[in-house]
Amino acid sequence: MLEHHLSLFFTAIFEENLALAFFLGMCTFLAVSKDVNTAMGLGVAVIVIQTITVPVNCVIYQYLLKENALNWTGISALQGTDLQFLGLISYIGTIAAMVQILEMALDRFFPPLYHALGIFLPLITVNCAILGGTLFMVERDYTPLEALNFGFSGGLGWAMAIAALAGIREKLKYSDVPDGLKGLGITFITVGLMAMAFMAFAGIDI
Amino acid sequence: MKPLRRFLDSLEPTFKEGKLKPLFPLYEAADTFLYTPADVTAGPSHVRDAMDLKRMMITVVVALTPCILMAMYNTGLQANLALQQLVEAGSISQPEAIGWRAAVLDGLHFGYDPGSLLGNILHGALYFIPVYLVTQLAGGFCEVLFASVRKHEINEGFLVTGLLFPLTLPPTIPLWQVAVGIMFGVVMGKEVFGGVGKNFLNPALTARAFLYFAYPAHMSGDSIWVAVDGLTSATPLGAMATAPVALAEGAASVPVAANMQVVTQGLGISWSEAFLGTIPGSMGETSALCCLIGALILIGTGIGSWRIMVAVVTGGFFSALFFWSLRGQSDNPMFQMSPWWHLVTGGFAFGLVFMATDPVSAAMTETGKWIYGILIGVVTTLVRVINPGYAEGIMLAILLGNVFAPLIDHFVVQANIKRRIARRAG
Repeated sequence: MLEHHLSLFFTAIFEENLALAFFLGMCTFLAVSKDVNTAMGLGVAVIVIQTITVPVNCVIYQYLLKENALNWTGISALQGTDLQFLGLISYIGTIAAMVQILEMALDRFFPPLYHALGIFLPLITVNCAILGGTLFMVERDYTPLEALNFGFSGGLGWAMAIAALAGIREKLKYSDVPDGLKGLGITFITVGLMAMAFMAFAGIDI
Repeated sequence: MKPLRRFLDSLEPTFKEGKLKPLFPLYEAADTFLYTPADVTAGPSHVRDAMDLKRMMITVVVALTPCILMAMYNTGLQANLALQQLVEAGSISQPEAIGWRAAVLDGLHFGYDPGSLLGNILHGALYFIPVYLVTQLAGGFCEVLFASVRKHEINEGFLVTGLLFPLTLPPTIPLWQVAVGIMFGVVMGKEVFGGVGKNFLNPALTARAFLYFAYPAHMSGDSIWVAVDGLTSATPLGAMATAPVALAEGAASVPVAANMQVVTQGLGISWSEAFLGTIPGSMGETSALCCLIGALILIGTGIGSWRIMVAVVTGGFFSALFFWSLRGQSDNPMFQMSPWWHLVTGGFAFGLVFMATDPVSAAMTETGKWIYGILIGVVTTLVRVINPGYAEGIMLAILLGNVFAPLIDHFVVQANIKRRIARRAG
């Protein structure tokens, strides 16, 4: 059990890194990685949101939407229903609602963190890495506990990638990049090389 | 030496204004290789040191010399030993090197005697030198092309990259792959960022990792480490990873892999042989002793950071010790490998001395170097032990360390700023 979860954890961070292996959340990944502190703020926001939304969506999927998911109610009219066509809209609704609730809670109870995360909280409602995490959960049919692990480690992998990229981009300020590659061009090459380094744990099996 | 100086000076106009203007970086490289440049600093800071970038790189080349000699000797030795075994087993009638190499060896009347030092070196050189030449030609071409077009200077950085790269390759690698690999390393790993000192990954490792993922059949497995046709010979790491699992005596249910001693006896190698380097493996990486000599030269001249080297060894040793202490509870054969074996097998020693300490891609701050080194050491062991996909971990561990080095530096600097503000306020 522990080994299975450790394996899931490492795989989600390295081999199946949301940013470097699936290239999800690219717009924010490339746009907000110019400065380490901002990148870290966004990274933490993604970790928090992923850790909340993936398990919540998992519960919704397992106990409401999946085929035969409503059997637990015991109501005969609901036996064998398949509500998967409502999947996308429910997940997006959950994500938006969770972000909103989290934002209000942070504003009320942890103002410093709220101000640190600033615009990023509402922004990541539309980040494809967040929805991607949920859709992977559905595709792989995770249990709620696995979903919690996957949400956290997937978010952590994304956060590590954007923080490392921001560090490298701060260093690359002193580089002499050819004119045609300046800006996004060299960033894409950098991301590609980073993806190669993140392959260290590919095929991991604990 | 005067005539040489005069000769170089007489050439200068041709390269500076004349017909060969596009090749000025080449002239400049040769000139500054032979003589310390006469340029003086014009700005406000006047710190001068005889140890400029070029002298630094040349020192690394000197430190690599034992590894190069060992690479040739061991490549030849492994091939000759394997041939001898094949002859004794009766599967071939007389020893013969692969292809054109046989003709050269016969022409020079060197036999295939594994006891002959010179014979081994020559046999090995026939594998190492072509790989080295191809690296220099293909990589050097890219280097000069970029230097000419982008008007930056060529320096000895490539001499080091061009030496490290062949040393990390198996002897049987096809030469066209060597060319493709080094070109990728030089262009994508270094030149697109502006050349020496501006990259964030080690170019030699970038090249090797590229080959590793692009042509896995030629870069991993058991049939590539000894330069004899059709012979499979596992590296100790590879053999350990696939060691047979059996029920230990007395233990009721937990299956335990054959322990280290059994596996190494099966391979016929001892710890001291692994330390000296007479084992199969990539050409330059097998000898921990030669890497140790190189490390002493680098530390003595102040070029390689001893902090990084100590940190990598510490991280690697203690994480290996941790897994080794759990060896009774796992059926993973790599848990059986003791920490002192981890240090001498595979590319651990070579990587930590020559790759991890690359001043460009490593962490720059002193505290950062400790963190960076320990990260590399731990990841190396983790990949070796819990990742059955790869037998060797040091290459990707260093690349991962390179990726996180700027971030580590950032945090060390921020912590320092915070501490100083606090001190001033208090």
